[in-house]
Amino acid sequence: MDWLLGPFADPAMARALAACVALAFGGAPIGVFLVLRRTSLIGDALSHAILPGVAIAFVFAGFSILWMTVGGLLAGMAVAILSAAASRVTALREDASLAAFFIISLALGTLLVATFGTDEELLHILFGQVLAMKNEALLTVAGVATLTMAALALLYRPLVLECFDPGFLRGAGATGALVHFAFLSLVVLNLVSGFQALGTLMAVGLMMLPAIAARFWADSAGGQIAVAVGLTIAAGFLGLIVSHHAGTPPETTIVLTAGAFYLGSLIAGPRGGIASRIVQLRHLEA
Amino acid sequence: MGAAVRLDNVTFGYRRHPAVHHISGTFEPGSLTAIAGPNGAGKSTLLKGIAGEMRPLSGEIALSGTTRRDIAYLPQIGEIERGFPISVLDMVAMGGWREAGLFGRIGPDVLKRAEAAIASVGLSGFESRPVGTLSGGQVQRALFARVLVQDARLILLDEPFAAIDSRTTADLFAVLARWQGEGRTVIAVLHDHDAVREHFPSTLLLARECIAWGPTGEALRPEHLLTARRMCEAFHDDAPVCHADEGHA
Repeated sequence: MDWLLGPFADPAMARALAACVALAFGGAPIGVFLVLRRTSLIGDALSHAILPGVAIAFVFAGFSILWMTVGGLLAGMAVAILSAAASRVTALREDASLAAFFIISLALGTLLVATFGTDEELLHILFGQVLAMKNEALLTVAGVATLTMAALALLYRPLVLECFDPGFLRGAGATGALVHFAFLSLVVLNLVSGFQALGTLMAVGLMMLPAIAARFWADSAGGQIAVAVGLTIAAGFLGLIVSHHAGTPPETTIVLTAGAFYLGSLIAGPRGGIASRIVQLRHLEA
Repeated sequence: MGAAVRLDNVTFGYRRHPAVHHISGTFEPGSLTAIAGPNGAGKSTLLKGIAGEMRPLSGEIALSGTTRRDIAYLPQIGEIERGFPISVLDMVAMGGWREAGLFGRIGPDVLKRAEAAIASVGLSGFESRPVGTLSGGQVQRALFARVLVQDARLILLDEPFAAIDSRTTADLFAVLARWQGEGRTVIAVLHDHDAVREHFPSTLLLARECIAWGPTGEALRPEHLLTARRMCEAFHDDAPVCHADEGHA
């Protein structure tokens, strides 16, 4: 028991866990919707897109949580809008424009931080510092989670409709573009929030891996969200414990724990996992 | 009570190439009309246009007795994402968006209506099943139930009986007859001429332009069908120019 709970006597560990819990309630439902929309990779793309904004803020204001958050938000929204606009105005599809914009962003951001900062600072921005969560960072993460849950409660039906039957949504008088944009904003917001704890590269891991694993445990969208939230909290908890005892970097350990959950679900998940395919060879007979 | 749709020299197309052109006429209030014609005749395009999904390249569509938001439009079944995890009841209850709004709660009266609609299309007991586990015919029944909940005065159906067995088709035709009895205006795209003759009092025969529009027996006369087939075979994508005089059939 002490092995499990003892490490959290350290306030840094307790704060890190609190951040993971908040990230679970904001990011996991967003991740589930990304999976349901068959756009799982958009999270990856946008997570790289926030880097140049963070980097520019870093160049001008140093390692300031507030400015890096604002910068990341602006850059992420800019790429989301640009690629959505490019796909509507030009012949390019959205995935292609995103692929183009995010790789430019990643290169530009890395270049900026590497030029104006140290290697260590670059590592902190890319991989986070979950054990050094300041008050304002914790508040940002918690605030984004609260905002996301409120927004999802409001947007749930249009979002479901936009995935399931976009024509019906248009008939209902809502513009799919508006719902789409609101959703992309939530994705960016949660990635920036995840960046506070896990850095721009690892944030998307905690958003997507539990969401993808949840697909193997529940049929309904609500069920998948519940499972994803639970898995995210568990990954944060276990990842922190393991990294504490094994002396590994906590951010990557948390994401790898989530990755282990995914692999376990892939094998043992009752809804279409590998084991369920093998076991269900015979049909039911009276 | 019924809604009317008046088409005034309407042309629809893609990338400036007209797909259906110079259609004029009126779908009368409370009428049950089939839009028939060969593949590629522009049937779905015209229906999309009436539903407001596509803007006409020229001409005008006037609705009376209804508004754009009070149209129940059922696209071809392939246009919905059936893998999405949503239950039959939730899907059907979405027909109640006009009362609930997009963001509001689906109230108990809408749920009750959704359950009644599910029962009347013969899907009782399937309320909590995910849509993804239904057969094609069952999905079409559920979509009809959603139209029932929508309670719209103008109902547009695109190939509602494609790839559906005869029993389901018969059940859904009964729903269609019920709508007509309630004074709703129904327009359905259908390629099966026998079904059109049996169930639809009036028909618009389309082959990129209006070949005939009127009582079904008259519209589907053999010479009209022959003309329709010739028109569609003759069309190719590089025929961009639209001669205004040929359109006013």
